[in-house]
Amino acid sequence: MSEPRRPDPDELLARVQEEETRKTQGRLKVFFGAAPGVGKTYTMLAAARALRADGVDVAVGWVETHGRRETEALLEGLEILPRRQLSYRGTRLEEFDLDLALERRPTLVVVDELAHTNAPGSRHAKRFRDVEELLRAGIDVYTTLNVQHLESLNDVVAQITGVTVRETVPDAVLDRATEIELVDLPAEELRKRLAEGKVYVPEMAGRAAESFFREGNLIALRELALRRTAERVDAQMQRYRHEHAVRATWPTAERVLVCVGPSPYAIRLVRAARRMAARLQAEWVAVYVETPSHLHLADADREQLERTMRLADQLGAETARLTGGDDVEEILAYARRRNVTKLVVGKPAEPRWRTLLHGSFVERLVRGSGDVDVFVISGKPEDDVAREPVAGRTHSRWPAYGSAGLAVALCTLLAALLAERLALANIIMVYLLGVLVVALRAGRGPAVLSSVLSVAAFDFFFVPPRYTFAVGDTQYVLTFAVMLAVALVISNLAARVRDQAEAARAQERRTAALYAVSRACASAGETYEVVRVAGRHLAEVFEGQVAILLPHRDGRLKVAFSADAAFALDPKELSVAQWCLDHAQPAGLGTATLPGSAALYLPLLVARGAVGVVGISRGRAALDSERVHLLEAFASQIALAVERTNLAAQAQVALLLAETERTRSALLASVSHDLRTPLAAIAGAASTLLRDSGSLPPETRRELVQSINDQAGRLNRFIGNLLDMTRLEAGAINIRKDWQPVEEVIGAALGQLEGRLAGREIRTRLPDSLPLVPLDTTLVGQALVNVLENALKYTPPATPIEISARVEGTWLIVEVGDRGPGLAAGEELRVFEKFYRHASEDGQPGAGLGLAIAKAVAAAHGGRITAANRPGGGAVFSLALPLGGPPPELPAEARRDATIT
Amino acid sequence: MVSAEPLVLIVDDETPIRRFLRASLAGEGCRVAEAATAAEALEKVASLRPDVVVLDLGLPDRDGSEVIREVREWSQVPIVVLSVRDRENDKVAALEAGADDYLTKPFGVGELMARLRVALRHGSAAGGGAEEPVFASGDLRVDLTRRQVFVGARELRLTPIEYKLLAVLVKNAGKVLTHRQLLHQVWGPEYGDENHYVRVYVAQLRHKIEEDPARPRYLRTEPGVGYRLVSE
Repeated sequence: MSEPRRPDPDELLARVQEEETRKTQGRLKVFFGAAPGVGKTYTMLAAARALRADGVDVAVGWVETHGRRETEALLEGLEILPRRQLSYRGTRLEEFDLDLALERRPTLVVVDELAHTNAPGSRHAKRFRDVEELLRAGIDVYTTLNVQHLESLNDVVAQITGVTVRETVPDAVLDRATEIELVDLPAEELRKRLAEGKVYVPEMAGRAAESFFREGNLIALRELALRRTAERVDAQMQRYRHEHAVRATWPTAERVLVCVGPSPYAIRLVRAARRMAARLQAEWVAVYVETPSHLHLADADREQLERTMRLADQLGAETARLTGGDDVEEILAYARRRNVTKLVVGKPAEPRWRTLLHGSFVERLVRGSGDVDVFVISGKPEDDVAREPVAGRTHSRWPAYGSAGLAVALCTLLAALLAERLALANIIMVYLLGVLVVALRAGRGPAVLSSVLSVAAFDFFFVPPRYTFAVGDTQYVLTFAVMLAVALVISNLAARVRDQAEAARAQERRTAALYAVSRACASAGETYEVVRVAGRHLAEVFEGQVAILLPHRDGRLKVAFSADAAFALDPKELSVAQWCLDHAQPAGLGTATLPGSAALYLPLLVARGAVGVVGISRGRAALDSERVHLLEAFASQIALAVERTNLAAQAQVALLLAETERTRSALLASVSHDLRTPLAAIAGAASTLLRDSGSLPPETRRELVQSINDQAGRLNRFIGNLLDMTRLEAGAINIRKDWQPVEEVIGAALGQLEGRLAGREIRTRLPDSLPLVPLDTTLVGQALVNVLENALKYTPPATPIEISARVEGTWLIVEVGDRGPGLAAGEELRVFEKFYRHASEDGQPGAGLGLAIAKAVAAAHGGRITAANRPGGGAVFSLALPLGGPPPELPAEARRDATIT
Repeated sequence: MVSAEPLVLIVDDETPIRRFLRASLAGEGCRVAEAATAAEALEKVASLRPDVVVLDLGLPDRDGSEVIREVREWSQVPIVVLSVRDRENDKVAALEAGADDYLTKPFGVGELMARLRVALRHGSAAGGGAEEPVFASGDLRVDLTRRQVFVGARELRLTPIEYKLLAVLVKNAGKVLTHRQLLHQVWGPEYGDENHYVRVYVAQLRHKIEEDPARPRYLRTEPGVGYRLVSE
């Protein structure tokens, strides 16, 4: 069993990834001190100067010297970035200019006072967020921090010094620092500097400052700072051991679980748990159990709970919400499932009767905890003063209480009717039934009321002597007590069932909404559909204004869906959304970034980054974290669907490109054949004629010249087709429709083919009643010429060609039939493809474009062309064109003959 | 009067086209002058006073219709324009600016000579020659003075508009007339876009004068441009 434990592969992978991000991210160095005045800024500037001397590109983003000369001297020769000027309620304020620093991109930026809170109107509410953005941009940062500003130690410092500091920095920021340098000064020396006026104390006035800088306080603070630094050194040591696979004692995996509730004092619990977890180097989880009574929490309590959960999140805890009827059981089950080793709970201020009735929460927890250690942390009673009284809720419940009274009255009436036949014991049953109904319908409060009223009514109306509250037999007192107890228990149980059902319904609604979105997203084929469907669901579930924004090709966001989301039109809000997209992090209302926005923005995250942003606003109220979690779940569903449709669209484009590529190569092959063949014939004939010195017989000369003439004609037709096709495809041809007699179009086409039709029998069958049809005579004429040419090419010269036209419904049908060999099976559609040629083609000229042009012309007119074999042999091509409504009227002409008879 | 050797001014910026036209026209017994630009053409029309002008519409320096309009301000010299296929709008514009006829490139010498002969005949008619009172082409015979129309021996009955249409075509026999030109001359200058009037009456006329209206022998369609009454 002496085999050394090896580092877990997952752990190694995580470390490699962490190192990768370290390489691309900037390095953070924190100059850490126990109190103001220990010389952090001085030390930091000295270090920055040393780097500058080594040739590193250093810029000072923000330094506060408080007029101390020796510090100011250090600034000389360093580049100082201008500060951002902003005005807030009439005062001019200066802030660190993040954008300027990002643009300037030095290797290292010096930013003093990490815990600083930025002025309203800045991009981030806190300076440490500015610093995080610098680090992400790959810029190194030097900064300073005092121990009392550290989130997890904040309350301890307040306990020691009696001064509460408002500006805090999450521990995670310090943990992420590449290096921490402790700037240490013994308490006595610090007090000496204070006495000399060398310490600037901004946050506290006279007496407070004096008490803060008491020697005892300073010693305690120094110890805290040293310990915090030591913890970190310890962590580094552990890390070193892991990295170098040093065989050593691997700590058993500890896990701390802290149970929080809506009390403000839960914040203390969270901080305590964080300290414990940090010391144990353990993971920790903050858990809240949502019992049915959670539904009745006042808004203030809910908010307090959200604050606590957020703090836990910030301090690096995993947070979980459990639902169930019994908090103790839920917590213990969860703890066992997650292998929790230590449980942190508060010492609750429970009413004594409750403790007697149910047993104390802590006692039950301890009893069931098994081998899990339970730590009970005490809370100061004054912490609870901050709780706001539960108000407003009872107001709307008066009707419920009224119904309780009504129910008792009804029961009394019923009992009075049955009093003759019922024993007193059964009358009690009638009342208990009433209480049960009230509890199920109206909830706990009215049920309790009806319990009390029932006992009173029973006494008054039925217990002798009747119609007084006086009781004849003292044993009835016991009856009343039991009746009241039973009624109360019934109320409680029934109300709890009702609450649980309500909680389950709420949970079910959320699950159903999520399921509906994911199903709708999965079936949506196009991005805009996904966005529309998802947006509608979001607006429904969150009962607020919802906008979904997707990046345009240039990376700028555009509104893709909006449910009365006025905020999405505001350029300021758009820039917040843009920040959210670019950084793939939430922003806006209720977050640490640009919290002044009207809406909350969540990125739609997929593996390669953010594919869009969803914005949601419910007036000025921030969403509670439960809704934010739900929204995050929605966002990830939408993101996946958007990504899927994006990829599908990309695949479609690729397919189209391939198709175009195929057409292009067919075109090139055809062009080179159909252009070169007549050219070769022309060039050959012409060169023969040129070289001739009179030896060629006249018939040969004539043949050559004829060939030049014919081939030139062929070339001309081919180029004409090619141009037509290109223009039709490029949409460069304007269809100029005019009311035309079909006969004329057919006549013109036949006229164009005059020379080549010589000797062919052409039969035309055109009824006189054909109406005018709106068409582009040149294009349709060309289409007919092409169809006729096709017939001429592929049918024997002795066979006739028939042209007919007729009206069918709202269509004009023009048919060109022949008595040639007809179409081979499957050719009916392929003949209209570009560059398609009849299989048995025997040197017939033409590039297989003619019918494709005819098809394009028909389509451009909103019509179609089809090919089929005719009964009796041969093929028929029929061109269908829409009639386009009634033709225009002609002015009536007197049917008077003009010619003299 | 057509002089024995008419002077033809060829305006084209392409040397091969000018070379081919010069050779073939000389072979047909014409004298030939050449111009490569619109400016040169205007100068030569004024100085050489040609009997007919063959004008390419694709000149590098100016739009063909503009050149025609300018010439028409001071000269009635017949103009035959050359254009490529698919530029029907240009052809119609040139005809309405005052050109007498058009030819689509590529064309044969036979076609060119036929157009030039018609143009020269109309040119001389406009220059004072008396109009023939009776027009005859194949079986079709139109007597303008007596307002009579015959196909073979059969006399036709035409409505007033049909007759007016036919009369306009007869007066311009062999020449192409655009839809608008016909509309203006038959219905009056206040008509402009009612091209379908012309089409419907042309169709009616064809049913009366043609043997097979779908393959007209006399009243031919010039697709996208207008109509031409064939003079044989």
